Amino acid sequence: MANLIEIKGVTHAYRTKAGPLPVLDGLTISVPEGEFAAVVGPSGCGKSTLTRLVAGLMKPDQGEVWLHGERVTTPRKTVGMAFQNPVLLEWRTILENVILPLEIVAPSMPQKDRVARAMHLLDMVGLKGFEGKRPSELSGGMRQRASLCRAIVHKPDVLIMDEPFGALDNFTREDLWQTMRDLRAAEPFTAVLITHDLRESVFLGDQVFVLSGRPARTQMVLAVDLPADRTLDVLYQPKAQEMLHTLRDQIRIAQGRDGGAH
Amino acid sequence: METLQKIAVPLIAVALFLLAWEALVWVNDWPNYKMASPSDLPPAFWRFRWLFLEMGWQTLWRTVLGLALAVVFGTLIGMIMGFSRIARDGLYPLLVGFNAIPKATLVPVIALIFIGQHDFNTVLMAFLISFFPIAVSVGIGLSTLEPEYRDILRSLGASRLTIFRKIALPKTLPEFFGALKVSVTLAFIGTNLVEIVSPHGRGLGALFKSGETNGDYPLMFAVLIALAVLGIVLYYAVLVLERIFAGWAERPQS
Repeated sequence: MANLIEIKGVTHAYRTKAGPLPVLDGLTISVPEGEFAAVVGPSGCGKSTLTRLVAGLMKPDQGEVWLHGERVTTPRKTVGMAFQNPVLLEWRTILENVILPLEIVAPSMPQKDRVARAMHLLDMVGLKGFEGKRPSELSGGMRQRASLCRAIVHKPDVLIMDEPFGALDNFTREDLWQTMRDLRAAEPFTAVLITHDLRESVFLGDQVFVLSGRPARTQMVLAVDLPADRTLDVLYQPKAQEMLHTLRDQIRIAQGRDGGAH
Repeated sequence: METLQKIAVPLIAVALFLLAWEALVWVNDWPNYKMASPSDLPPAFWRFRWLFLEMGWQTLWRTVLGLALAVVFGTLIGMIMGFSRIARDGLYPLLVGFNAIPKATLVPVIALIFIGQHDFNTVLMAFLISFFPIAVSVGIGLSTLEPEYRDILRSLGASRLTIFRKIALPKTLPEFFGALKVSVTLAFIGTNLVEIVSPHGRGLGALFKSGETNGDYPLMFAVLIALAVLGIVLYYAVLVLERIFAGWAERPQS
């Protein structure tokens, strides 16, 4: 199958007062269509820069980003984004928030169809009955669910998530992992998930990309050969435990410490 | 019960205030040129009722027009400062400097530039004195917009105008109305400043001045009360607009 997302030798540096700050160094990532790529790495290694590059919000100094066989230089309508901060608009209801991308991407779509589409997604993530509420009336987990609905309401090819579950407590986070898994089964999309959580990367990813410390290169790619309809129990089985161990060691290397030290 | 309390408590407070005022004048046995008492006011209002209506209308429309200009101009300046760093760095010292000038000193300047243009001068002063808070609050509101808010629309290829209309503008509304509450009072001050100082002026300020000229002290106090009432009306008009357009910013009471 063709790679839907292709990041080839991307190098990027930010210009700061103290001189250029290189964040990405020849980064290469390929994600086949329909697959879920989890990206892990030490703090400040340029993971968020990666999301902005894939979304076409900025251009790399060197290297290329390709989506669907087209080179990305500007934003495109076929991308959905979710952040750690759910960034819901306070003056809109949950339903109106979810509809927002459709107003931009499909201006001619009848309002009735927009509402139907949004309600379908809200129902899937368990927010039925909350569509008329304001974001401030919802809990953090519910807000993030609404944010996920908004990210995929326009049926994007690519879903880019920058630590979307990072600010949630552990149980809520695990709930959302399962929601994410169910959304994936129902809605085909190719996903890039930036995360700090190794268990999350194994539970949701088809591949886990470990980035080195700054400037980031692809240090290791781990194929997660677990069933697609995995449950949380899988994480406690030897196979997953072994993968988590491998990833943990890789992160240690990325942080500049050797595998044995603590 | 709750609505009754909401109406009754302020009314009782006003009544108590008037009583205290009346008592103060009565106990000290002040003549009305020292301080008029509340009981002097109804006759003054009645005697000049048509003048109060006419002058009140003059003050009102000029204040509102000046404020409307301040909203348009202030929002525009705020947008420029909010979107461009260079514009912000360039405009900020100018604005702060202009704002620091006590506006009373501008009255003779304006009067000399536009001799005899009483309506124009009054509106201009109301505008000059009130646009600053609006410009600053809109500018700060726009420049502190978190980049993620922009990114959710920008990643879909939305234009700058769309992002402004759908995100930046509504997100700035609470700050805007906060500033408008300050500006409405300032515009009112600006209008009265010109009305009082200008020879042959119109409006409540001019009525106040004529009370002074003719030694009609109850009239002067009556004008003060009329100004207070008009100020309250304007303030609450802004409050109603805020409820309609930025009511979402109020936390639901729990």
